[in-house]
Amino acid sequence: MGYEKNEKNDDLALDCLLLAGQIMMESGAETYRVEDTMLRMARSQNLDAQSYVTPTGIILSLGEQQKTKIISISNRITDLHKIAKVNNVSRKLTLKIITLEEAYDELSLIQKTNYFLPIWLQILMSAVSSACFMILFRGAWFDMPAAFLAGGAGYLALLLIQHLSKVKFFSEFFASFVAALVAYVAVRFGYGNELDKIIISGVMPLVPGILITNAVRDLMAGHLTAGIAKGTEAFLTAFAIGSGVAVVVAFH
Amino acid sequence: MEYLIQLFFSFLATASLCVIFNAPVKAIPYCGLVGAVGWMIYYIALESQLTEVIASFLGAFVVAVCAQMYARRLKTPMIVFIVSGIIPLVPGGLAYNTMRYFVEQNYMLGLETGIRAFLISGAIAMGIVFSEVIFQLSLKFMKKSLTSMQSFIRNKRRQ
Repeated sequence: MGYEKNEKNDDLALDCLLLAGQIMMESGAETYRVEDTMLRMARSQNLDAQSYVTPTGIILSLGEQQKTKIISISNRITDLHKIAKVNNVSRKLTLKIITLEEAYDELSLIQKTNYFLPIWLQILMSAVSSACFMILFRGAWFDMPAAFLAGGAGYLALLLIQHLSKVKFFSEFFASFVAALVAYVAVRFGYGNELDKIIISGVMPLVPGILITNAVRDLMAGHLTAGIAKGTEAFLTAFAIGSGVAVVVAFH
Repeated sequence: MEYLIQLFFSFLATASLCVIFNAPVKAIPYCGLVGAVGWMIYYIALESQLTEVIASFLGAFVVAVCAQMYARRLKTPMIVFIVSGIIPLVPGGLAYNTMRYFVEQNYMLGLETGIRAFLISGAIAMGIVFSEVIFQLSLKFMKKSLTSMQSFIRNKRRQ
């Protein structure tokens, strides 16, 4: 009886740890932080766990005689709120404020919930940030409305295409294409002067800054596989953005 | 005046990008602050004739220091502040120019710009890693001195 109960508990712990790792990885956390969080949670449950984390999948084993589970990760976005939430659950579990069952329930709730702010606000904020970058890049005040429009249109296109097709490369390509097109039209009709700066400001919300830094930080932490994989993803994104802009520039 | 304008707009740009990255709402003003501080360091370094690689390194270093402080104070993972803080520093313009030169079949200039962009993003990552390591080391050092001081006091009380 006692043995059975123990085995059940181990199963729950395995699921709970993997769920935490999956949510963090899908939200764009650093690989070493994911591994650290999972192992910390395991240690708080007196489990001797081993894990192997890559951006496309997690392998977790509870020890020599115990079960091992694999979970695959298909899509990765940037969702800092979820990372913070999982971090909070893991902190509470390690401080023994909540039990394993409660932690599992909280994690499943986090996985299901959409913490993003309304879409119109996201598009507005993307436009605002593009307009701000216009000034940061020493552009003219006159070009700000064009950058505002380009940033908003680019992000709207990104969300639309992402909704229609799941191919990340294509949505990023199309988004930067739309941003560059808006900038080009604005310059053509005399609502902007410097095409270069308007385009750069317009695509700033799409730039894979988080991927680049995470890739290098993972490399430094010794996660060579994850670092190279993330670096490739960053390169692909940059390539998609660049070629989207290049199409417009080539016609120009 | 110029500095004030840069400060304001870097704050606004960073804070609004945080909404896209879905930072916790409570942390958004602090993210904006971290981004503004990083950008101001970068801007001042550029104004005082330092190269862009060193300026990016310094900016990222300060961003990571601020991120560590806020991460501790607000009990939020450090990545929330770092991601938003380095966004103004990321060489988006250079990456764009690289692509543009390649499209215009100006390969030499394209390679040159590409290497510049690569070096700058490397400098940003180095700045973050350096500050993380130094911060952790100093924290360890401080804790050690604290604990040794505590044990010293405890020993004194026992006597």
